[in-house]
Amino acid sequence: MDLDFTEEQDMLRNSARDFLSTECDKAMVRQIEESEEGYSPEIWRKMAELGWQGLLIPEEYDGMGMGLMDLVVIFEEIGRNILPSPFLVTVALGTPPIVEAGSEEQKKEILPRVSSGEAILTLALTEPSVGYTADCVELEAEDRGDSFVLNGTKLFVEFASASDYMVVVARTKSGGDPEDGITLLLVDSKSPGIKIEPFATTGMDKQCEVVFDNVSVPKANIIGELDKGWPIVAKTLEKATVAKCAEMVGGMQAVLDMSVAYAKERVQYGRPIGSFQAIQHMLADMYLRVETSKNILYQAAWMVSEGLPAAEKVAIAKGWCNEAYKKVTEDGVEVHGAIGTARDHDMGLYYRRSKAADPTFGDTESQRELVAQQLGL
Amino acid sequence: MDFRLTPEQEALKKEFEEFFEEEMKNEPPGWVWGLEGLFSDVGWPFNVYMAKRLAEKGWLVRPWPEEYGGCNAPMIEQLIFGDVLGYYCAPGVDPLGVGMIGPTILAVGTEEQKKEHLPPIARAERFWCQGWSEPDAGSDLASLTTKAVKDGDDWILNGQKCWNTGAHRADWCFALARTNPEERRSKGLTYFILDMKSPGVSIVPIESMDGSKHFNEIYFDDVRVPSRNIIGEVNGGWAITQTTMNYERSSVGIMSGACRGLNELVQYCKESRLRGKPLSQNPHVRHRLAQLAIDIEVGRTLSYHVGWLQEKGDIMAAAAAACGAKVYSTELWQRVAFTGIEIMGLYGTVAKGSKWAVLKGQFEDLAQSTPGYKLGGGTSEIMRSIVAWVGLGLPRIK
Repeated sequence: MDLDFTEEQDMLRNSARDFLSTECDKAMVRQIEESEEGYSPEIWRKMAELGWQGLLIPEEYDGMGMGLMDLVVIFEEIGRNILPSPFLVTVALGTPPIVEAGSEEQKKEILPRVSSGEAILTLALTEPSVGYTADCVELEAEDRGDSFVLNGTKLFVEFASASDYMVVVARTKSGGDPEDGITLLLVDSKSPGIKIEPFATTGMDKQCEVVFDNVSVPKANIIGELDKGWPIVAKTLEKATVAKCAEMVGGMQAVLDMSVAYAKERVQYGRPIGSFQAIQHMLADMYLRVETSKNILYQAAWMVSEGLPAAEKVAIAKGWCNEAYKKVTEDGVEVHGAIGTARDHDMGLYYRRSKAADPTFGDTESQRELVAQQLGL
Repeated sequence: MDFRLTPEQEALKKEFEEFFEEEMKNEPPGWVWGLEGLFSDVGWPFNVYMAKRLAEKGWLVRPWPEEYGGCNAPMIEQLIFGDVLGYYCAPGVDPLGVGMIGPTILAVGTEEQKKEHLPPIARAERFWCQGWSEPDAGSDLASLTTKAVKDGDDWILNGQKCWNTGAHRADWCFALARTNPEERRSKGLTYFILDMKSPGVSIVPIESMDGSKHFNEIYFDDVRVPSRNIIGEVNGGWAITQTTMNYERSSVGIMSGACRGLNELVQYCKESRLRGKPLSQNPHVRHRLAQLAIDIEVGRTLSYHVGWLQEKGDIMAAAAAACGAKVYSTELWQRVAFTGIEIMGLYGTVAKGSKWAVLKGQFEDLAQSTPGYKLGGGTSEIMRSIVAWVGLGLPRIK
């Protein structure tokens, strides 16, 4: 057993922390949030210079060939600092299906461009029914010989607006097992017939509606096999959920640190409010939520990175982190008092993200249902 | 990072599991988990039997040095042992002798004290109780008033202790007494050990809400204790209590006990119908059980994290995390108990012994005993305060 990060991972964490605090202070976070793109192309380019976008991409495609635990380190720091960007959707949603199941041509065409920061990817999975299960995939891909034609709507496609390619999860067969008959298609986001509309959300994370109106996709763009796409989606979601949890854990740590620091300096009744038991115990509970979230995240991440069956552990981690992040930010606002509710205070940046993170890749209720099934109930 | 156990650790775990699987078949009729399983009339003989079996196996005090009956087992192995022991809800390990005074004597005792007291613990021949709390000194332990006055080479103890778990079964007691009346608080306290058969020691049981009797009051009425039975220095007892409190606080046994409780509940829900429907198909029940499964898995990783920090010698981080684990595990254990009786409905109120009792009435029993777990060994409030002071560096108002 070894429950520590490696020295290299510690170094990666330090460099990520330095980079983010230098390049993306909270004023910058707010500026990016308000911008039309929702991310900073300049920071994106610098991230690519550090090799971040290519972290999980094999070296032969100009990537770093590193592992999920390394990505966890980066996402913790992103969550801690906050970096509005299409990073998660590119590295944890769009890229894994190509790395895992893409053809040599697809890999050669796409992956080096992801590594270099030229290409932004996202996954078009959810629809107006907003489920993360196969039965929620209805968008039809109609077989037209050499190509498919897509008609329908994908909803909550994060950063579709900024994307160069979308990995579209489409239905190519229906009637039987919902997991059978799902096909992944690599689709150029600028294809004729695609209409992308971002809408405002709590997380200000460029969630988009993507309408497909007779969009033609060549069959060469199938990722993996026809009708057999669901296992790739499921595996991708495991990685993305781990990445999301890491981001949430980083956010929790930031909120705890801010709240402890504030409790030490804010004086009422002639003494720091951090000397009052009511505040101390709230902070102790926040600490416990952060620690437990880290531990369960690391275990889930380790299992995924080792290729072990991890569905239950990932569900446990997400279910736990959902509730922990919401409660930690809620208590963080409480410790700060009224100022914590102000738009120009940093606490709100985390508070809003905790609300947005909860339903992303499955809310607590749906994680509990997964766990119940694993218990044989 | 690597969460895997080594093949040797896996083999050891399997050996522990096989042992407890086999030995727990000897569980006497009417035996239940918890303090009752250690100290009741049904529990005590089984507790002693298991202690002796563990001693024979050389497993009772594995972390101790060989000369005192142990095998210098590393923390991780002890964590695995605690995990398995807890899962089987097995008796046999005296939490006070093996868990507290033994390690304290090992750390700060004299050579004579080690030779005199450690072997009987390792052989399961001597059981201990703790004489710390008093009617007016609970969480504020340093305000205790039991006094010890020097008389030649001896000390004479007078005072009242309370909430002494298993004192009625114990052979020896480790107690705190005030030896410097000028010092009101922690500076004037001395750490004594004494034979419970000493003249002047009397015990009165405190009955718990479920009718069980594991807690006691101990009265010291001119009890004579020789100077050689002081641990550490005169007036230096407080620092030693801090040492005693720091041993193996991963709470892994409670986490795995909760896991056992959940597994039994899940089995019950798969097999039972209530109000005309299988419990396992009731969405509310499914989600409550799933949430417990989440909480338990998270708790176990917390315990292993504490063990890891202890193994590394990261004392401050380990202390804060251990206090967190104590709060977490005892609240979890109570949640398992409450969820159980609430799912069972009226059946959850049937006490052990009745043919209508579900799962031997253990959840009915646990629902009444688990509140005590949140208080013993430092209340949840004290634990949270320690997290705040030690883990987060928040100011402490004296």
